[in-house]
This record gives sequence, structure tokens and C-alpha cells, in this order.
Amino acid sequence: MGADTQNLLLHIEGLYKRFDENVVLAGASLDVPRGSLVTVLGRSGAGKSVLLKCLADVIRPDQGSISFDGHPLNMDDAAARAEFRRRCSFLFQSNALFDSLTALENVALPLEQTTDLTDKEIRERSLEALHQLELDVHQDRYPSQLSGGMQKRLALARAIVTRPELVLFDEPTAGLDPLRRNAVFAMIAKYQRQFGFTALVVTHDLTEALIASDRVALLDKGLMCFEGTPAEFSASNHPVVCNFSDSADTLGSTLAAIRRGEALHSEDS
Amino acid sequence: MKQTKLELYVGAFVLIGIAAVIYLTVKLGSGSLIGGDTYVIEARFANAGGLNAGSSVLVAGVPVGRVEAIRVDNTDYSAMVTLRVLAGLKLPTDTMASIKTTGLIGDKYVALAPGADETYLETGARITMTESSVDLESLIGKMAFGSVDKAKDEKEPAP
Amino acid sequence: MLRTVGSHTLSIVHEFGDFALFTGHSFRSAIGSRRLWRRIVRAGFEQGVRCLPVILIVGLFTGLVLGLQGYYVLNRFGSESLLGTLVSLSLVRELGPVLAALMLVGQAGSALAAELGIQRNTEQIAALETMGVSSHAYLVTPRLLAALVVYPMQTALFITVGLWGGNLSGSLLLGLEPGVYWSSVERAIESQDVRECFTKAATFGLLTIALCAYHGFNAHRCRSATGARAVSASTTRAVVQSSIIVLAADYIITSFLV
Repeated sequence: MGADTQNLLLHIEGLYKRFDENVVLAGASLDVPRGSLVTVLGRSGAGKSVLLKCLADVIRPDQGSISFDGHPLNMDDAAARAEFRRRCSFLFQSNALFDSLTALENVALPLEQTTDLTDKEIRERSLEALHQLELDVHQDRYPSQLSGGMQKRLALARAIVTRPELVLFDEPTAGLDPLRRNAVFAMIAKYQRQFGFTALVVTHDLTEALIASDRVALLDKGLMCFEGTPAEFSASNHPVVCNFSDSADTLGSTLAAIRRGEALHSEDS
Repeated sequence: MKQTKLELYVGAFVLIGIAAVIYLTVKLGSGSLIGGDTYVIEARFANAGGLNAGSSVLVAGVPVGRVEAIRVDNTDYSAMVTLRVLAGLKLPTDTMASIKTTGLIGDKYVALAPGADETYLETGARITMTESSVDLESLIGKMAFGSVDKAKDEKEPAP
Repeated sequence: MLRTVGSHTLSIVHEFGDFALFTGHSFRSAIGSRRLWRRIVRAGFEQGVRCLPVILIVGLFTGLVLGLQGYYVLNRFGSESLLGTLVSLSLVRELGPVLAALMLVGQAGSALAAELGIQRNTEQIAALETMGVSSHAYLVTPRLLAALVVYPMQTALFITVGLWGGNLSGSLLLGLEPGVYWSSVERAIESQDVRECFTKAATFGLLTIALCAYHGFNAHRCRSATGARAVSASTTRAVVQSSIIVLAADYIITSFLV
């Protein structure tokens, strides 16, 4: 276990968060090994986004501890938070690009504001990040002039330009068609290996997550009810896991029932 | 917009902005007494009513200075008015100061009428020949109720 | 009934305190903020260069109207020579700082509130925070610092153009000697008036820009609406409250300084 702890980049223990009467996180725990791609699955409203926002320090948890790189993260210690933010990037579901800045300026912003690099170094590193994400021809365009996929890549370029150790992805595939979902997961997996960062992805797209991730966790009713490899996930007979992974089958049977009903209905008329 | 272009525009704005600020503070704010040394003289008035710090000082109708301060003399309760006058203007010691009004209801100012003396007023010197401000209310009162006063005046010497 | 009054009073006090903390925090954030100067220049562009036309036009017309109205009033007493005094004192003491601030609220303040509101809505402000960038220092501080300089400058330009407008209607249209006009202008204005004028301008700048930024920044806390409506509601509230605070602060400063 000792070697295992050594290799953990992020360790979450008993995270609890309540909004008024609504308990969103009821003591969720999660381990993220260094250099891996971990996916947290769950239905909408299961508390996935809140979990991520607790990590990104946008929402403060009521209870529970987060330790990063072996050190517990004290949310009251400004210096520790700044250090954590420096080593961690957050990719918003909406991309949250600065719409009045060009692609290059978007990527350069975190460097300009948080590092002591010179303008020349910042430009070089930003161009390099844009180049790696195949966006160099669009460096002077504004986010609104880019396609959805390019915006996603631009947001990723902005997230990795500071060379973070951990990148948090909030629903990167929400609202995308299956082809684009594949492309986004392929992009995350590709760059995760290329740049060697640790990725924590929150999604409800089961199929893509099982193929791309190293580890999978399932969040239900504010608790982590499964944690393991994709193979273990597929083999698991935990009721919630089965319910989640069989949702496609359930849909099939529901639809079949509806069709039968319709058929009956049409027969009636 | 490019940063350099932005800086150019803002720079131009700041320049004309500073010009306007300087125009207000220097040209208008500090009065018309720029570009010249000044010296201070004092004048004792029985009544300096209506005169303010900043009121004009005129010689032959030409502005030559400003009233710097007005205070009450502790010994005889007269008004001591400090005048700041352009250094180029030498005033004879027998200069007369009077408080006058521009128009009927205009501002009060100090009019200096230079005399013919050979010696001149030094810094801090005091003008003693003064004419106080005309009390407009009493003047109007005299004109309006003149008949009453006259009747009194006539009665008084009778007995 | 009594409770409603009480809760309203409390919420006003709470919001006022929140606003004061917001402003204080924005000034404190200036320390350690990188490349602040560039953002000050951009804010100077937004408040200065972009608003210059409206300041000059409104200033000119204010002066023209003052000259015209003043001339007819003074003409009855045969004291047209005091026109410069009337125009310059009205402009320097009240109209310059107040009207310039109201114009800047209308143009720069409303734009600022709407911009910050949209940035809040599209999570751009949250994104700054997750990057470890202080959103106050990045978005609010440069605007406040620029306002402290730009407002007095705009006011000075407004007054200069207004004085010129007064001369235009007084001398060109109504036949008053320009020399008479300008000399009465110069005699009327004291350094005390000019100091008061710039104190007012800087105070209005600080208050209105902070208020507009405050409402835009907190668009997500708008209780009456969400989304685009929240942005428009915040912008409206920012402009209305800024206009009120300009006149209220004007009264307070005037009564303390005179």
C-alpha cells in the first residue's frame, strides 16, 4: 500500500457537500494514480460536477480532505492553494474561453498572469501549445470564429500551456454527437500520453470512457460506489453499475415495449 | 486592437487631458497673476463688507493683484485686508485704497489710487488712507426713507 | 410591515458593506498583479478615447445653452459682462463633473457592467480563478485605477469645451466682446473651485466604475432573473445606481467643501 500511496497524485477522502437540504456529495472518495486517465461516471445530478468544482476550488466542500502529491490540501492556506492551482488545470464544460481575446491571447493569458516569463518566451510557448494542438493557423482568430471541436482544443491548449501535472475535464463530451465524442476522448488520451499529465475526466458517456480510461469510478447519490479498471467495471455485478451500463439495453427494451404498444394501438385502429 | 496602437490612442488622450487639466488649474484656477513676482501690502478699512479673499485689486481699472486675506484687527476692531500686488508696480506711500463695486450688484474690489509721494510702499507696509465699502442697504434705506430721516434731522436742531 | 422595513434595511446595509469590501479587495489585488499597466491602458482606452466624442459634444452644447440662457437673464439687469462668471462657475462647480460622470456612466459604465456580466455567465470569471489569476485584479482593478485619472481629465475637457461653447453663443451669436467674456471667466474661478471640481470628478469615477463593476461581477447573484436577463438587469441597476450616486455624492461633497 505504501508504494501505492507514493504513486497517487490525488487522493480524495470523504468529501461532503450540501446545498441547503440537498446533499450532493455524501462522503465521496477517489484515488487518482500519477500519469493515468481516470474517468468518473455518473448520471446527471449524481454530484460529478460538484466533485470537480471542489477540486478546482470553485466550491468549498463542507467536509472531507483532498491531498495532492502526498500533501493534504488546506483550503485556508492561500499559498498552498496557489501552488495547487499552478500545478492543476481545469477544463470547463463550456470551454470558458475569453471571447474578446484571440486564440493566441487566450493561450498566453495564464502565462502572462501567473508566471514571470518574458513576452518573447510567453509567445513561443503559446505558439508551441497551439502548434501541438494543430491550431497554429487560427492563432489570430477569436473563439467565436472557431468550430466546436477547435474551441475544445483551444481550451485544452490553454489548460496545458502552464504544463500542469493534473488536468480536470468537466463533461468534455456533453452535447456532442458520437463521432465527436470519440474524437474528444481520443484527443484527451493522445495528449495525456504526449504531455504526460494526469487526467481526471467527469462524464456520463460510458462507452468512450471504458475504452479510453485507465481507471473508472462510478458516482451515485454522492457516494463512489465503484472504483477499478474498465475490465473490472464491465465484469462487475454491483447493482448500480449494472443499472448504469445496462441502460442501453433498458432503453432497447423500453423502446421495444413502446413499439409493441404502438403496434397494438395501430392494430386497434 | 494591437497594444501599440492602443497605447498611441491612450497617449494622445492623456496628452490633451493633461493640457485641459493644466489649462483649468493654471490659467483659470490661480487667477490672472501668473508670470510675475508679487509683494504684499496691508490696508486698514473701517468696513470691508462684501470683500472676499480673491477679490481683484485694480489701479485705474486695470487688475494688478488680489485680496489675499481679510481679518479683524484685535486692537481697534477694524478690518485688516492683505493685498498681493504685482512686483513691477511701485505704489507711492500716500496711495489711497477704496472698496468699490462693479455695477450695482456686482463683485466688490479694491481700487488703489496712487498718490504723488517720492517714497514707495515696501513689502508688508500699511495703507492708512482708505475708503470703506458703501453699505448698499443703508444707502437704499436713506434714499427710500429719506423723508423720515429728514424730518428727524429738522426736528432735532429745533429745541 | 415593520419586518419588511427591517429586512429591506438590512439587505441594503449588507449590499453596501459587500460593495465596500468588493472595492477594497479590488484595490488590494493590485499588489502582485502582473502586467497591470497594459490593462490600465486598455481601460484608459475604454473610458478615455471611446468616450471622448460624447464628452466633447455634450460639453459644447452645455456651454452653448448656458451662454444663451445666461445672456438673456443677465441682459435684463444690464450685466452681460458677468456671462463668463455664470458659465464658468456653473461648469466648474457642478455641471462639469456631474454631466461628464453621467455621460461616462452611460457609455463606459454600462459597457463594463454588461461585459463583466457576460463573462460571469460564460464562466470566464470562474476560469480566471481556476487558473490562479485573481479576477478582481485582472478585470476590476485596472478599470478603477484608470477611472481615477480619466474622470478628472474628461471633466477638464468637458469644462474647456463648455467654456468655449459659452463664448460661442455669447460673443458670436449675441454680440458680447470675447475679451469681456474671458476676463470674467478668469476672474470668477478660484483655485478652490478647481480643486473641488477634480475631487468630485475622481470620486465620481471611483464610485461609478466600482458600482458598475460590482453589479456586472455579481450578475449571477441577481435574484430577479437568470442568464441574459440577469445581465441586462444588472446593467440597468448599475447605470441607475451610478447615476443616483453621482448626484448624491455631488451634494455631499459640495456641502462638505463649501
